[in-house]
Amino acid sequence: MSVLVYIENIDGHFKKSGLETLSYAKAVADQTGQPVAALSIGNVDRDTLETIGTYGIPKVIRVDKEQLKQFVNQAYATVIADVAKHVGAQTVVLSNSFSGKALAPRVAAKLHAALADGASSLPAIEGDVWQIRKTVFSSKAIAVEELTARTKVIALMPNTVEPSEAPTAVQIEDYEPNIEDTDFSTIVKDIVRATDKVALPDAEIVVSAGRGLKGPENWKIVEELAEVLGAATACSKPVSDAGWRPHAEHVGQTGLAISPKLYIAIGISGAIQHLAGVSSSKTIVVINKDPEAPFFKVADYGIVGDAFEIVPKLTEALKAYKNH
Amino acid sequence: MKILVCISNVPDTTSKITFTDNNTAFNAAGVQYIINPYDEIALSKAVELAEGGKGTVTVIHVGEASSEPTIRKALAIGADEAVRVDAVPRDAWFVANQIAQYVKSQQFDMILTGRESIDYNGSKVQGYLAELLRLPSVSIAKKITVEGDTAVIEREIEGGKEVVSATLPVVVGTAEGVAEPKIPNMRGIMAARTKPLTVIQPVEVDSLSRISAYETPTPRGAVKLIDKDDISQLVALLHTEAKVI
Repeated sequence: MSVLVYIENIDGHFKKSGLETLSYAKAVADQTGQPVAALSIGNVDRDTLETIGTYGIPKVIRVDKEQLKQFVNQAYATVIADVAKHVGAQTVVLSNSFSGKALAPRVAAKLHAALADGASSLPAIEGDVWQIRKTVFSSKAIAVEELTARTKVIALMPNTVEPSEAPTAVQIEDYEPNIEDTDFSTIVKDIVRATDKVALPDAEIVVSAGRGLKGPENWKIVEELAEVLGAATACSKPVSDAGWRPHAEHVGQTGLAISPKLYIAIGISGAIQHLAGVSSSKTIVVINKDPEAPFFKVADYGIVGDAFEIVPKLTEALKAYKNH
Repeated sequence: MKILVCISNVPDTTSKITFTDNNTAFNAAGVQYIINPYDEIALSKAVELAEGGKGTVTVIHVGEASSEPTIRKALAIGADEAVRVDAVPRDAWFVANQIAQYVKSQQFDMILTGRESIDYNGSKVQGYLAELLRLPSVSIAKKITVEGDTAVIEREIEGGKEVVSATLPVVVGTAEGVAEPKIPNMRGIMAARTKPLTVIQPVEVDSLSRISAYETPTPRGAVKLIDKDDISQLVALLHTEAKVI
């Protein structure tokens, strides 16, 4: 029995959310006294693979095939399940990223495993029964999910654990998986990725704005604040519905649910549907000219006043802080 | 083209979420149920794709008779027929197995689900379903076009998008923006009353997990208000107190 962690790469690089899964898998392995191995699919160079050892994982299974250069969830799930059997893993850990969300149920179905998706805690283990927490009802509540099947798949919510270093030497094993042509019924035609911006789903800091900004032409102050913080930008539903910002930026109950370390809400009143998607943020700052805005009730810090005056001042103050 | 849309029934987005039985069950008292908003987008897309005699739309729902208003609304939006699997939707694994069982007896070219449900925030059904049916799948679809036996789908990825072509049949999880939401009109509502709704019996499915308890998030302390003329105080607090910068 062992723990297998699938670490996703983007163009040969690991993201922070991937490193988080390594630390999580290592912790689960320590809890259960089992060995742990990582799986990397696609073209990742040796130096990058060796960084996996930094997080206490001594073994990497490398599956690097031309066919698997692009992400195809069906084929990747086949590889993950095949490698899980190869290393005798009864626990598979992966990230609850956009790709991970597509992979996790497939892998679980293949292994006839219980699936904890969006996991936000380490398991509480009692024999074969593991309890794992996840947020439900768009962060309005937390559910304790009891995994009763012997095999478990855990899709870890980004920003749940900090990657922690426990350096060890790494052994890399190349593995030839059993995949079939029928696993490749989808073909990636094109990928467009903004490389100069922080991706919203796994951003540690998010600057978000609402209708209080009055129009899309006023987003420059939001972007400038985000830039100085190294943050991703987001928006409320009315803003994306009006076409001021893309749907991909909409956070809230019917948009993306996020849990960054710091969420700054500018000109957002704090409707229950919006709060649902952001209330698991560690720290919330609200800037709003209406002192009665419901958002202040769930914020850690608030500033009552005009966003057009306050936001540029905050950007300046942060620049001064970063420079000293 | 035959399209199947999987519909789940969820508490309205303004619902207050509380629990009963010592925090082990969701308190449905006084809660208004709606079609999961992402499933409604999937349905709107299906109706759009089938328009002008280009196809038919079937909706499937796993739930008890109490969710029939949700099914009738789906028919009013424009689905041609509905199927209800008469069972309590225990969890995603159960639901996916019920739908897979039905699909195996039919021929669908496309199976649509919402990207996730807004109650348990799972996106498991589409993945389970695709795996149980051994079909390709694309999640978080922002755009779908169909040409012959191929669908070209734009899916959202962290910080961008990916364009994927898939051979039909395919399972697709839809996100906002994939279609304009369709509002049922009076004619649709009238027609929905007489459209076929078939009730079928569930198959047995083993249980792999269960929710044993619910917790409500610990409330935050009172907000600390900062004077708008003393912004540097906020920066200092974020650094020393919240330790987030």
